[in-house]
Amino acid sequence: MTDIGMKVDGLTVDLHTPRGTVRAVDGVSFTAHRGRTLALLGESGCGKSMTAQAVVGLLEPIAEVTGGSIDIDGEDLLTVSRKRRRQLAGPALSIVFQDALTALNPVVKVGVQLAEPYRIHRKMSAKAARAEAIELMRHVGIPEPESRADSYPHQFSGGMRQRLLIAMAVALSPKVLIADEPTTALDVTVQAQILALLARLRKEHDMAVILITHDLSVVAEEADTVAVMYSGRIVETGPVDQVFEDPRHPYTRGLLESVPVDAERGADLSSIPGSPPDLFSIPPGCPYQARCPLVMDVCRTSRPALVKTGDRAVACHAASASGSEGVSHAA
Amino acid sequence: MLLDVHGITKSFAVPKGRLRALDGIDLHLEKGETLGLVGESGCGKSTLARTLMLLERPDAGTVRFGGVDPFALRKTDLQRHRRRVQMVFQDPYASLNPRLTAAEIIAEPWRTHKDLFKTARERAARVRELLHLVGLRPSDANRYPQEFSGGQRQRLGIARALALGPDVVICDEPVSALDLSVQAQVLNLLNELQKQLSVSYLFISHDLSVVKHVADRVAVMYLGRIVETGTTAEVFENPRHPYTKALLSAAPSLRRADREKKEKILLTGELPSPIDPPSGCRFRTRCWKATDQCATPPPATADPATPGHIAECHFPLSLTAV
Repeated sequence: MTDIGMKVDGLTVDLHTPRGTVRAVDGVSFTAHRGRTLALLGESGCGKSMTAQAVVGLLEPIAEVTGGSIDIDGEDLLTVSRKRRRQLAGPALSIVFQDALTALNPVVKVGVQLAEPYRIHRKMSAKAARAEAIELMRHVGIPEPESRADSYPHQFSGGMRQRLLIAMAVALSPKVLIADEPTTALDVTVQAQILALLARLRKEHDMAVILITHDLSVVAEEADTVAVMYSGRIVETGPVDQVFEDPRHPYTRGLLESVPVDAERGADLSSIPGSPPDLFSIPPGCPYQARCPLVMDVCRTSRPALVKTGDRAVACHAASASGSEGVSHAA
Repeated sequence: MLLDVHGITKSFAVPKGRLRALDGIDLHLEKGETLGLVGESGCGKSTLARTLMLLERPDAGTVRFGGVDPFALRKTDLQRHRRRVQMVFQDPYASLNPRLTAAEIIAEPWRTHKDLFKTARERAARVRELLHLVGLRPSDANRYPQEFSGGQRQRLGIARALALGPDVVICDEPVSALDLSVQAQVLNLLNELQKQLSVSYLFISHDLSVVKHVADRVAVMYLGRIVETGTTAEVFENPRHPYTKALLSAAPSLRRADREKKEKILLTGELPSPIDPPSGCRFRTRCWKATDQCATPPPATADPATPGHIAECHFPLSLTAV
C-alpha cells in the first residue's frame, strides 16, 4: 500500500443562493495516495470543481462547507486555524487551475511570482528566491529561463503559462497536487506535453495528484483510480482499468458509450437522454433516475449508498441487485 | 461538386507586418458530404470558415459555389447566395440573443430574406416544422434561450442555421461546449438532418474522435495550409504527414488497446508565428524528419494506392517506412 497523501471524508458543501440553499457537494469521500493519480470525473455542475475549491479553501463566499473532514498527515484542514492552513498551502497542498491567464498576476513579472513560495515559506532573500525560480522554470521546460523570468504572463503562450502555473504549484514539493481541468483550454499537442510534465513531476516529488476533468480519455491515460461524480455525489469509484472496462453504474456506462471511439460513420452514437437535474430540484432517491435505463421503483424513493466490493464501489440499486456483476443494458 | 476552393490566400495587417492566415487553401465539398477540418489554434480554421461565409474576401484564389463565384455576384444575387451557406457556432450561450424567443431566433434570418415567406402564418408554420426537425417541442417556441439547457440551445442554433434552407452548414466546434452525454445527442441530430436534407457540412473541430465519427473526408491544417487530406479512414489509419501523425498520437485514447499500439510523439517547440512562418514546409521547425530540403516548398504527393490521399511533405510517411 502506498502512503496516503490526503483523505477526504463526507465532504459536504452548501450553496447559499438568492433562490435558497442547495447542496453542491453531498458527502464526498476519497483517498489520494502519494505517487498516484486520482481522477474526479464528471460533467459540468457535478460538483468536481467545487470539491477541489473546498479542499484548497478557495470557495466562493456563497459556498459553505457544512460537513466532513479533509485529512493530510493527521491534520484536518477544515478545523485547523487560518494561519496553519496558510502554512500548509504550498508544502502540503497546492492547486493548478484551468485558466493560467487568470491564475497568474498580469502585472507582476513571472520570475517574481515564481519566487513567492520561496520568499514566503522559506524566507529566502529576493536574489536566492529568484535563482530558485529560474531553476524551477528550467525544470518545467521553459526555454531561456534567465531572460524569460523578466517577462509578464501575457508574453507566454497558453502552454507555457500552464507550465508556469505548474511550476509554482510544485515549488515547495507538495504532498498533494490538485489539477483542476489543467489542459482543457489547450490544443491537443500541448495537452500531451502538459500531461507528460505532470506525470514526471508526480513521480519526482512523489505527489498524490487529484486530476479534475470531464475528459474520459485523459482519465484513461493518466489516472490510476477514478471517482465518477453526478449531482454532487460520487456514484462509482475504483481502478480506472476496471471501471472503464466493466462499468457498474449506468451513468458511467452511458458516459463511456457516448464517446465516439469507433462508432461507424453515420451510425447513431449511444447517448444519455435528458440532462442532469438542476441542483434546486434533485429528486429524492437516486439523482440519475430520470435518465437511467435500469430505473426501478426503489430508485425513486431511496438514495443508493456507495457500496464497496473489493477496490471498487458503486452507488446503484440495480448494480447491487445484480451482485458484483456489471450492469447490462436491458434494451 | 458543390463547393470548390482553389488556392485562396488571406492576410491581415498587424503591427509587426502581415499575418498570413490562409496561404493557398484548396478544398472541395460534395453534396451531402461532411468534410472534417482539424488543426490547432491559430492554424486558420476560423478565417477559412469566415471566407466561405463570405465575411472575408480572399486576397487571391477562387471560390466556386455550384459553379458560381460568389465574390463576383451583385448585391441582390449575393444576398440570395448567402442563404446557401449557414453556420452553427461553438458557444450556444453566446450565439443566441437572450432577448428573443426561440421562435424569433429561428425566424430572424427571414427578416433579411423577406421573399421566402409571404405571411406570418407561413412563417409560424415553418418555425414549428424546424423546432420539430431539431427535436424541440412546439411549446418551446415562446421560451427564451436561458430557459433551455446547453444541448437544447445548440438545437436551436441548428434550427436557425437551417431556416434559410442552406446547401452547406459550417459547423464550428458545434459540440465543444457541451457535456459528453449531450454531445452525442447533438451529433446524432446533425447526422439525422444530413440524411433527411442532404445538406453538406464543413465540420471544424479540435476533437479528433468526433471528427472521425462524423466526417467522410478530413483536411488537416497547419499554419494556413492544408497539409494532408483524404478520406477519414485513410488519414486516421495511415497518416502520411508527420504533423497529422503527431496530432493523432497526442490525442488521448479511451481504450487500452489503442493506447498500447500507439507511439506517443511529443512535439517540441512552439507553433511558429504566422507573421513570419518558416520557409518551405511550415512544420519543419518541429518535425523529427526534417532535413535542409524542407526549407523548399514541399510537393503535394498522393499515395499511389489511394490517389485522393494527399500530403504536402518531402518525406511522407507510409505504412512501410514509419
